[in-house]
Amino acid sequence: MPTMNTGDTAWIIVASALVMFMTPGLALFYGGLVRQKNVLSTFMHSFFALGLVTVVFVLVGYSLGFGGDHAGFIGGFDFFGLKNVAFDAAGPKVCCAPGAAPGLLSGATPHLAFMLFQLMFAVITPALISGAFAERTKFSGMAVFFALWSLLVYSPVAHWVWAGGWLFDRGVLDFAGGTVVHINAGVAALVFAVYLGKRQGWPREIAPPHNVTMTLLGAGILWFGWFGFNGGSALAANGIAVSAIVATHCAAAAAMLGWAIPEWLRHKKVTAVGAASGAVAGLVAITPAAGFVRPWAALVIGLVAGAVCYFAVNLKFRFGYDDSLDVVGVHLVGGIIGALATGVFAEIAVNAAGDNGALFGNLGQLADQALGIAVTIGYSAVLSLGILWFVDKTVGIRLSQDDELVGADLTQHGEAAYSSGDVGAHIGHMAASVPWGHSGGFSASLSDTRQGRQGE
Amino acid sequence: MKLVTAIVKPFKLEEAKEALRAVGIQGMTVTETRGFGRQRGHTEVYRGAEYQVDFVPKVKIEVICEDAQVEQVVEAVMTAARTGKIGDGKIFVTTAEQVYRIRTGEAGGDAI
Repeated sequence: MPTMNTGDTAWIIVASALVMFMTPGLALFYGGLVRQKNVLSTFMHSFFALGLVTVVFVLVGYSLGFGGDHAGFIGGFDFFGLKNVAFDAAGPKVCCAPGAAPGLLSGATPHLAFMLFQLMFAVITPALISGAFAERTKFSGMAVFFALWSLLVYSPVAHWVWAGGWLFDRGVLDFAGGTVVHINAGVAALVFAVYLGKRQGWPREIAPPHNVTMTLLGAGILWFGWFGFNGGSALAANGIAVSAIVATHCAAAAAMLGWAIPEWLRHKKVTAVGAASGAVAGLVAITPAAGFVRPWAALVIGLVAGAVCYFAVNLKFRFGYDDSLDVVGVHLVGGIIGALATGVFAEIAVNAAGDNGALFGNLGQLADQALGIAVTIGYSAVLSLGILWFVDKTVGIRLSQDDELVGADLTQHGEAAYSSGDVGAHIGHMAASVPWGHSGGFSASLSDTRQGRQGE
Repeated sequence: MKLVTAIVKPFKLEEAKEALRAVGIQGMTVTETRGFGRQRGHTEVYRGAEYQVDFVPKVKIEVICEDAQVEQVVEAVMTAARTGKIGDGKIFVTTAEQVYRIRTGEAGGDAI
């Protein structure tokens, strides 16, 4: 029985927690950008994924992604319900080597820790899509879409790239999920936005973001969590993890500037939403490259991603698709920039498990990367469209016109995000407590209290 | 009795309040509000898209006073809230038919 590497194991656990925190961070990031009547529904698109996708992934999704390979396309059912996924060093090895994972292969880090880390990626990926369909989507339709998309799109693509699938065999480099997470989600976002159609009044009558401070805090939490996302993808507490984290931080920083410069030139102002969006664009772009590139290359990748994404977010106005919170402009475009940049700037000298990019004499890597991008776009687009059509025809996907006008918070969740200070606290009272109904103990005693007050 | 309603720039509230106190006004109600006149709105930029925001944040001050005091009250607010730039606001004077103090039931001038 191999000895467990406690340092590596500890880092994978911590990195998993960091990535877990990105999902509520994303909820803040997106939630600040929508109108006040849709804050909670937008939060729930991310927050509810923590519950829903976790259950789906633990039961089936992990096995489909990382179970024994079937024709390079999909994993099997050997890890169904996490059976055979060992929590100690003695358990059977993972079927295949995602990236550089010597500890995992030897059993020095528990398979279950790897599963935990992958789980957090599976959770945040569909949540990323939600930015494209915010403010006009039925909660039930969203939930069914997420469950199906996670199983039919996320798990297979994760398998191809990370778990010994056919793109893995082709030598496509994706350190932490540029194709699997960002391009994948970005394409689904584009399909979703086009399928749903525009929000009523878009673009002229849509109010600006309701709380920019929320968006900046969310971006900060995403940035923080991304250290785990990329650094954890080394699957060991080693030099590659450090290198990936430094690259991650450098790219986010440079991308903030990359966004700010054209913004300054055009509007003579650097905006807070722009700074947050630029940083996220840089984090997206460095995701496939972190762990393969040097810090200077990360700065270049970030700068380019920030500037290009600044222009890319306005494509929706030209082509007329309502990508509410710019998932396409940031995640699809940023993801493509990152995947290609990996084929340019990767160095074997940084990571022996990787390859050299075009800049280091291996032009073929760029072609491999382009293949990975094209295949992911094609597969995700077709499957996402099919799933959307199915959901639309069964539970329905778009809010009714009235519900959209009133807002998704009230119509989908029966809640409001904010009370109006002291006035808000006094204009509502509890009408009934649902479990017991009007005549039940709790609500009866409550109404007694109210009558008592009125009698004073 | 008159109801004086003044719409002023938010950062002028403090000065207006002090000026009203200086002429003997003992109470007032303020509301955060929005509106536009000749100042029109302003432009905000989010991710490269420009939004025209027509309604500008203002503060509404409401004061009840005796008829004889109106000119003093208006003068106090006008002087305190004026910057000379567009968007300084408006003052409306209306007749208040009756005023009551809820606690005591007093009415009219005694209730001011």
